[in-house]
Amino acid sequence: MHYTLHVNGADREVGDAWIGENLLYVLRERLGLLAAKGACEQGECGSCSVQVGGRLVCSCLVMAASAVGQPIVTVEGLSPDGAPTDLQQAFVDAGAVQCGFCTPGLIIAAHDLLDRNPDPTEIEIREELSGNVCRCTGYGRIIEAVQRVSIARRIDRDPS
Amino acid sequence: MSVLTPTSLAMALEQIEANPNALLLAGGTDVMVEINEHHRAMPIEVEQAVIALAEVPELTSWTVDLANRRLTLGAGVTWAEIERDPIRSWVPALAEAARTVGSPQIRNAGTIGGNLGTCSPAGDGLPVLAALDAVVELVSTTGRRVLPVAQFMVGVKRTALRPGEIIAAIDLPVLDGWQGYSKVGVRNAMVIATASACLAVDHPSRSIRLALGSVAPTIVRCPDAERFAIELVDWDSLSIGSADVSRFGELAAESSRPITDHRSTSEYRRHAVTVMASRLLQRAFPGS
Repeated sequence: MHYTLHVNGADREVGDAWIGENLLYVLRERLGLLAAKGACEQGECGSCSVQVGGRLVCSCLVMAASAVGQPIVTVEGLSPDGAPTDLQQAFVDAGAVQCGFCTPGLIIAAHDLLDRNPDPTEIEIREELSGNVCRCTGYGRIIEAVQRVSIARRIDRDPS
Repeated sequence: MSVLTPTSLAMALEQIEANPNALLLAGGTDVMVEINEHHRAMPIEVEQAVIALAEVPELTSWTVDLANRRLTLGAGVTWAEIERDPIRSWVPALAEAARTVGSPQIRNAGTIGGNLGTCSPAGDGLPVLAALDAVVELVSTTGRRVLPVAQFMVGVKRTALRPGEIIAAIDLPVLDGWQGYSKVGVRNAMVIATASACLAVDHPSRSIRLALGSVAPTIVRCPDAERFAIELVDWDSLSIGSADVSRFGELAAESSRPITDHRSTSEYRRHAVTVMASRLLQRAFPGS
């Protein structure tokens, strides 16, 4: 089947697709967007996280053809000019990236969190990121990176 | 072979009638796991249409009638919406259950109607629906019928849904009394229940309802434990004796029929029921 997805602000044609293909597969294998990662393919690891219709979801559990007409945002779309976002830079600065496999999912989940809740407590960060599994870091530096951005943005909003 | 995205309930019902073998897609968090494992690969490819229900406003909305103390949730209302106010304020136990469903990503997609449609014994919302005596509204092009949730759940992943029917809504009472949900699993987040329980109290009718998940082929109520507690609770001081709390847990476990599987043993599940039921009753009646 053929359909059009709206990914990172642009219409992308998908051709010769099978109806049951998940969005993760279509993003990676048909559209060449390799940020979202495939690991469990059952919604347990969060490494495939993207936003569909403004909501954070596991792209492996979205039937791609059912996402026609909805805006889809992947990590590639967070920074159109290629420069890292404040959160991506904070992950680097805090040492929150080790093997890096979970990082794109965590980046989009943490952006989603900070957009909805600019000043999350540590418990809130842990609960909001509980769908993103990291096997390297132990999460401490990831939480620190999110807290750094939260504080930096607060200062930007109100320098006094 | 196509994905249909109806934008009204009437349109969805016509499409279901025209495609009787169609796959109904709600949040996708159960169905896509199966498709990813290729369990449903061939049937869809060969003959089925997919009817995606996320854009049907009658399914994704809810209404509340506080004069009659009824809340009606469209089948497509997500866990993310249920776990927050205002729905949380009317059915707090359902909000607690919602907060234990998968992860934030899963709760943004998964729906209460999908939980019922899948009808897993471990469905997180189902013990709450059973404890609240929820009523399931089923519609087709030929009519509408309502079923108590206990009759809707037939067996492990089996429901009373007929061909051509769709789960339209779940009708719930807004009770007046404490209610809570408890779940045991191997970790706090992102876990399927080893055992779960919901206790709900209604003061005007002096009823105490207890339902258990993951310990029988479908959700079970605990009539003996309920009757026992209703008799022995002091409704004025909201208290109950500690020996009675323990006995309540034992009676609850007698209503369970747990199996041993890859997630746990029957003995552990029965013990978990005893502990959860006792703790829930103690929280509901904390007076001394």
